[in-house]
Amino acid sequence: MSEVQEKQVFSLPKCMKDVPTHFCPGCHHGIIHRLVAQTIDDLNLQDTSICIGSVGCSVFIYDYIDVDTVEAPHGRAPAVATGVKRARPENFVFAYQGDGDLAAIGLSEIVHCANRGERVTIIFVNNTVYGMTGGQMAPTTLVGQKTTTSPYGRRESKEGYPLKMAEMLAFLEGTAFSARVAVNNIKNIIKAKKALKKAFLVQLEGLGFGFVEVLSACPTNWHMTPLEANERVEREMMEYFPLGIYKDKLKDKK
Amino acid sequence: MYQDVIIAGFGGQGVMLIGNVLAYAAMEQGLNVTYMPVYGVEMRGGTANCTVVISDEEIGSPIIYHPKTLIIMNQPSLEKFQPRLVEKGLLIVNSSIVDESLVDKEKYYALAIPVNKIADELGDIRMANMVALGVWVGATKAVELDMVMKSMEKHMSSLKKQVVENNKKALLEGYKIGSGE
Amino acid sequence: MDKNRERMLVKGNEAIAIGALDAGVECYFAYPITPQSDIPEYLSRELVKLGGEFVQAESELASINMVLGAAACGKRAMTSSSSPGISLKQEGISYMAGSELPAVIVNITRGGPGLGGIQPSQGDYFQATRGGGHGDYRTMVLAPSTCQECYDLTIEAFDLAFKYRNPVLILGDAILGQMKEPITRWKQRTIDPNEANEWKLTGKKGREQRILKSLFLGDGEMEEHNMKLWKKYKSMEQDLKWEEFSVEDAEVVAVAFGSIGRIAKSSARKLREMGYKVGVFRPITLFPFPYEPLRKLAMSGKRFITIENNTGQMVEDVKLALCGVTDTEFFANMPGKVSTPEDFIEPIKKMF
Repeated sequence: MSEVQEKQVFSLPKCMKDVPTHFCPGCHHGIIHRLVAQTIDDLNLQDTSICIGSVGCSVFIYDYIDVDTVEAPHGRAPAVATGVKRARPENFVFAYQGDGDLAAIGLSEIVHCANRGERVTIIFVNNTVYGMTGGQMAPTTLVGQKTTTSPYGRRESKEGYPLKMAEMLAFLEGTAFSARVAVNNIKNIIKAKKALKKAFLVQLEGLGFGFVEVLSACPTNWHMTPLEANERVEREMMEYFPLGIYKDKLKDKK
Repeated sequence: MYQDVIIAGFGGQGVMLIGNVLAYAAMEQGLNVTYMPVYGVEMRGGTANCTVVISDEEIGSPIIYHPKTLIIMNQPSLEKFQPRLVEKGLLIVNSSIVDESLVDKEKYYALAIPVNKIADELGDIRMANMVALGVWVGATKAVELDMVMKSMEKHMSSLKKQVVENNKKALLEGYKIGSGE
Repeated sequence: MDKNRERMLVKGNEAIAIGALDAGVECYFAYPITPQSDIPEYLSRELVKLGGEFVQAESELASINMVLGAAACGKRAMTSSSSPGISLKQEGISYMAGSELPAVIVNITRGGPGLGGIQPSQGDYFQATRGGGHGDYRTMVLAPSTCQECYDLTIEAFDLAFKYRNPVLILGDAILGQMKEPITRWKQRTIDPNEANEWKLTGKKGREQRILKSLFLGDGEMEEHNMKLWKKYKSMEQDLKWEEFSVEDAEVVAVAFGSIGRIAKSSARKLREMGYKVGVFRPITLFPFPYEPLRKLAMSGKRFITIENNTGQMVEDVKLALCGVTDTEFFANMPGKVSTPEDFIEPIKKMF
């Protein structure tokens, strides 16, 4: 009888609390939280991180990621992050926002924060709906998509078009890194993690504002099974929201 | 000791400047003082006035409806403020451009002084405000002339020395008139 | 008067900015609005010179939330604005009160409603003293009436903000902001790096994670939180401030705050010259309001008239203070009208 040699190859990130999350089955927030936590571990930032919580499904981020956290009013996380970073430039400062928070009520704050080139990192979760309030139309809702407040589907003639934040912010001089990623499969998860790391690094190296938009599934509000929702990310979202790196001053530096 | 004055004229006549010079002088003399500016909407050419209150006691209101003294640099200001002056109050009027016949010399202690002309003769019509301030200081003795001179130097520190000297002359010229010398 | 003290002649707005510097403000974020723009102009120059942080924010919303962020780091942070801008900041002020974050917020009021105008008004009394934003909270409110008080109370406001972990509002107006008066700087700028050590965010190194938030969803959590806040607001009464001017032998006491308070003093002096015994009661903390001191005066049989540069806001607090003892007359100087001492003479005289 041979002894089985066990080697742990996968574990909870050090800065992630070992608690069940409140997220719905099939929601991508859990994966994205984990990637953020792993990046904090990889860059050894747990002790110096200050997280800005936002309003939406990610409101309880402080219950999952074990770093100092201040909660921002709806949409204002980039302004709070600015205040925190200006007060404590020696700390790593990041915010985690949803699409209603960042691209609707907080559009002004995110644009000006990026444009000032604040040394902060923003993780933006785009799932094309307001999740926590019950699946209403978001600024990222796709044309034709039915939500509780676009019951006939989003009409471009009335509601206009979904906002492409990664592209918009890449255009600003203060932005040092901007990318759109997804976590719908292993390949994309690996790419997402690389992008997150770069968005962290541009802050650490003082290059400017770091931004990662993550396409995310919301099976509950899309009225789909987790698998269907995962497929929709690839099938419908990526067509309108192409993945890619839109700005990378790290690369330009080299 | 208590004294107050409303200084009024066109924007650009330097009424705010002499208000500031006076307030600073009073402060340097150890008195309590308030300076309250009121601007017209226009930046240039509009009406401008300020109120300065000087006292050796605590000052209540920085705004006065019935002032004890007036420095009037233009016609509209005379029309606006003359009726508000307390009886027997000191009324200094720039008679170079204000219709003297409208000055109520019965009711007020009026000094109609052609301050524009005097300033012009001293070399620069823009010093008319300093002549007027000199008249007021001479007539009220509310602050010491020396203090006003010092305050002027401070407020004009960015100007050429000769300009400051000329302004002092203008102030002194007014002071003599105000004192009745 | 001590002639040796060094005095400077400054606007009320500048006195606030200087007070903030001497109080050790490290972060100041604001958006320009008349009649308080002297404050951002002064601090963008002088605070930056001292190594502090200044951001001209893209909006009032952003500026108050930058203050929230800096306050979370335990820094002495400030913003300033005027009435319409303060309305916009209410969201952030509510969150700060809920998260128990200290900061100084300056409101150099102007007339409203809406865009109103830049003329003087005390129309924001209710907004200032009743919280101003959503939820059941209060901010401490200090109302200076002289430029020296602008300086003194700004320094005190920072201390109180940290003492109570709560936003403190300075409520001034256009008269106070724009007038000049000598002030004496009595405080040397000091920064205490250990301030707020027990709660501020620094990164969790060597200790448990800290969370500063105003969301309380757990069973009974919100009730408990509100109870805690309410007790705190009650405890602020230990820092009540007011001024009594010639009240001792006064038959009639005018109650007025801020610039109207000082103007009423001139009215009282003039009335005394005419033989009328008039005094002035000037609340300096508007929240908490000095109910008890005012009630004490009422017990001694004095009559009251409340004078405001609005259509009647503080008068409600005065009525509460006097309730069951006596009542107060009210004289309204409409927002937009520049008050003079002469305006108050007739209404006060009528009470004799």
